[in-house]
Amino acid sequence: MIPELGHYALVLALLVAAYQSVAPLLAAARGNALVMATAVPAAQSQFILIATAFAALTYCYVTSDFTVANVAANSHTAKPLLYKISGVWGNHEGSLLLWVLILTLFGAAVATFGANLPPALRARVLSVQGMIGAGFLAFMLFTSNPFLRLDPPPTDGRGLNPLLQDPGLAFHPPFLYLGYVGFSMAFSFAVAALIEGRVDAAWARWVRPWTLAAWGFLTVGIALGSWWAYYELGWGGFWFWDPVENASFMPWLVGTALLHSAVVVEKRDALKSWTILLAILTFGLSLIGTFLVRSGVLTSVHAFAVDPERGIFILALLLLAIGGSLTLYAWRAPALRSSGAGLFKPISREGAMVLNNLLLSVAAATVFLGTLYPLFLDIVGGGKISVGAPYFNSTFVPLMVPLLAAVAIGPMLAWKRGDLPGVLSRLYVAFAAAVFAALLGLWIADWRRALAALGLGLGAWVVAGSVVEWAGRIQLFRVPLGDSARRAFGLPRSFYGMSIAHAALGIVVLGITASSAWQTEVIKVVRPDEWLPVAGYSLRLRDVREVHGPNYVAQQARVDVVRGATPSGEVKPIVVLEPEKRRYPVEGNSTTEAAIHTTFLADLYVVLGDPDANGGWVVRAYYNPLVPWIWGGAIVMFFGGLVSLSDRRHRVGAPKRSASSVPAAAA
Amino acid sequence: MRLRFIVPAFLFVLLGAGFVYALVAIQSGKKDPSAVPSALIGKPAPEFALPAPQGFPAGLSAADLKGKVTILNVFASWCPPCHVEHPLLLDLAKEATNGGFQLVGLNWKDKDEKLAAWFKEAGNPFARIGADPDNRVGIDFGVYGAPETFIIDRDAKIVYRYAGPLTQELLRDEIRPLLAKLKK
Amino acid sequence: MMRRLILVLALIFAALPALAAIAPDEIMSDPALEARARGITKQLRCLVCQNQSIDDSNAPLARDLRLLVRERLKAGDGDDAAIAYVVARYGDFVLLRPPIKATTWLLWFGPAVILLGGVVFLWLRVRRPKVAPAAPAPLDPEEEKKLAALMGESQPKAGP
Repeated sequence: MIPELGHYALVLALLVAAYQSVAPLLAAARGNALVMATAVPAAQSQFILIATAFAALTYCYVTSDFTVANVAANSHTAKPLLYKISGVWGNHEGSLLLWVLILTLFGAAVATFGANLPPALRARVLSVQGMIGAGFLAFMLFTSNPFLRLDPPPTDGRGLNPLLQDPGLAFHPPFLYLGYVGFSMAFSFAVAALIEGRVDAAWARWVRPWTLAAWGFLTVGIALGSWWAYYELGWGGFWFWDPVENASFMPWLVGTALLHSAVVVEKRDALKSWTILLAILTFGLSLIGTFLVRSGVLTSVHAFAVDPERGIFILALLLLAIGGSLTLYAWRAPALRSSGAGLFKPISREGAMVLNNLLLSVAAATVFLGTLYPLFLDIVGGGKISVGAPYFNSTFVPLMVPLLAAVAIGPMLAWKRGDLPGVLSRLYVAFAAAVFAALLGLWIADWRRALAALGLGLGAWVVAGSVVEWAGRIQLFRVPLGDSARRAFGLPRSFYGMSIAHAALGIVVLGITASSAWQTEVIKVVRPDEWLPVAGYSLRLRDVREVHGPNYVAQQARVDVVRGATPSGEVKPIVVLEPEKRRYPVEGNSTTEAAIHTTFLADLYVVLGDPDANGGWVVRAYYNPLVPWIWGGAIVMFFGGLVSLSDRRHRVGAPKRSASSVPAAAA
Repeated sequence: MRLRFIVPAFLFVLLGAGFVYALVAIQSGKKDPSAVPSALIGKPAPEFALPAPQGFPAGLSAADLKGKVTILNVFASWCPPCHVEHPLLLDLAKEATNGGFQLVGLNWKDKDEKLAAWFKEAGNPFARIGADPDNRVGIDFGVYGAPETFIIDRDAKIVYRYAGPLTQELLRDEIRPLLAKLKK
Repeated sequence: MMRRLILVLALIFAALPALAAIAPDEIMSDPALEARARGITKQLRCLVCQNQSIDDSNAPLARDLRLLVRERLKAGDGDDAAIAYVVARYGDFVLLRPPIKATTWLLWFGPAVILLGGVVFLWLRVRRPKVAPAAPAPLDPEEEKKLAALMGESQPKAGP
């Protein structure tokens, strides 16, 4: 009964989406206010229907209803409740339902909170959103229906891949989808603007909060995925340039460019066609990512079970959505002329934004090239090659150097015409900090680690630059402290959001550099009660025993951790780490669970290996300096985005569009 | 229309065409994204000499490859797809003398007792078997999994490699025609 | 002497950016050779895994190849010769750093070309004078009077 309800809700949602795609758009062209306004309840009811379907599927998982084929294939009665729920989106069909849920959530949000949008624009935006929804709902109903039934039902399900039974991974897809499905809003706004033929400061003001929210969520989603890979996969890397990782990273890069570009449209009425193009490309990359992961053209440990029929459907959606919008762009964008007010000199804040856009776009193009090259080379018969981390390190990283250098300088340049020497002289404190950090790096290691020193220097430069900028704005130490404090409270939240986010970027860079360059690794066979020195700690294997989990059996080691050199007597350990090797009998898989001791400055990461013949065990211990700063920095970046979002000017919305704004010139 | 605005759409059309072509190629079976081509096609088979596993009469060495057309099958008792293709190998063994080729096996990373137990039950299709428990020879052949099947011509040159279990279609469409060609 | 050795070892280990699946019995006694081996195995792809190097992978084939690389180094091969040995058997696919050949020029030089293209494009845009918007039409005398009244002036000013 419940599955049928969910199924029916999906069908209804498709009908509503079909209506929403067409009627408001036509009505906007004709000026029919009544029909335009129906876009709002359409979007809201679509969300309610999809939410119903999603709740229905979740109910089936929680009650282990194995008459539903999707539940039988991906769940099991012995699974803990959290993973029964996260199993809803841990498979192709369920994750699509989550995709559409978030799509309609954003649509309903704009419908509900977009009362200050001009009716025609709102109608068009919701129409485009409806078109995307209709496409994906059709895809689900025709090729990937989560509510198909099994008769007779099996007594128990096939279970969920043990790697996915993890709290970090439970939350990774929702955040990721909130991110790159959220960019559909910027896409819809962009297409609506092209149809209307008008992009102005008001449009940018409306677009910004949705784009900022999507960007923030994507940042967290990517960070969660990276963190999960670090602690779960047992080999401790945090980024592998895997095609599916790249598929989420590319929208992030272009989305960051979009965010910055929209600021220029809002404040300076310039970069209009670029911003529209970026909005289309960001969501386009999300769609391409969806295609790559589910069509079988790329093999990856992340890829869902693939079916070429599905691949064709998604490709068709992709071609229609992106091909259509880019054609519209080619036709209508030339009319989006910037007014005279938009002129600016190359050395200016706008110029820095253009540089930012350029570098981020080239970086995204590089990742794109590296990810797809093996596929296309093979297709044209050029043989099979691999493009792995060494390629991306050689091409992507050099692009980031000028970008990071510019991050500290750009915000301090004036609009329209900037005083570069003046800004640079004000940043001398930041430069000193950068040099100090770099030298510190060189002192810890040796002169051959020049690249790592550069990384430290850049990270410190960005963090210090943010601080210097803030200090300058409040005239710290130049006016009485009380005045500075007053100024500090008076600064807009969007400024703080930007400062926090930029500084967080510096923190992430420091974390990546230090953990990549200065990791300590010790791999040894250890017998119980033997001590193992690792980077300023001493580890002792106490014992290895068998433990039973809800759906697994594990060999669990207990490792005492003590600070400093091997102690002579009995010392109380600062922590007892318990790395495990687990076996999941239902799914027939094994996993390695690392035990990690996280401090502010580093991780002590211990993995249990195989036993040897003499009662000893292989123990792998790693000391990763500053690695918590990678994910901590990403969370701070998200927090910066939230601070910016909380700026009242976003919530109140832009003032009504003035009649005197420059109309589109004839093409 | 200014030229630069058309560039994104144009590039996307190229990309889209590429994706369509890729999908069609994969669907029609022409291209398999996870298959790894052999680096040794057209090159001489490596030098090696392996003893037979315990209880089997004839070992395998490079000298045995000269002067005959050879089908070399890389297999192991612990490998489920090898069990699946086993009946096809038995059939192939029957065609060997008339077909003008020899069917030999490379026992890959296996244990002699396990192999003996399996073949006692299932039958031995191979004229010769080389035991390669350390994967020394497997690496020289560029083997990365079991089962794999090589076809080697009279001059001990590797002309074909298939990674995966043999199927009737494969035998019909690729292997038998190739054997016929090499027989001449 | 001991401290220096430890320092050297620490630095060598510090040169390794990711965790490994290497077992203690694979580690060679000569630290310089071991460091070279680790550097090489990080560049070789594990063929039966998804996107891992043989240094990171737990697969048995990865272990075999790790041992093979160490054998070649012990036999006196240079780094390139050891890598070439593996490539001769498994093809370019096993290299995580794609070789620079005619078929990969686009891959390797593409990013620089795109960057250069972007810079050139922007530079040309900066050079070309932007089309200034048409100046507003001059006011006729009626409108000038209105303007003056609005501006609170007694005399209409000269045209714009």
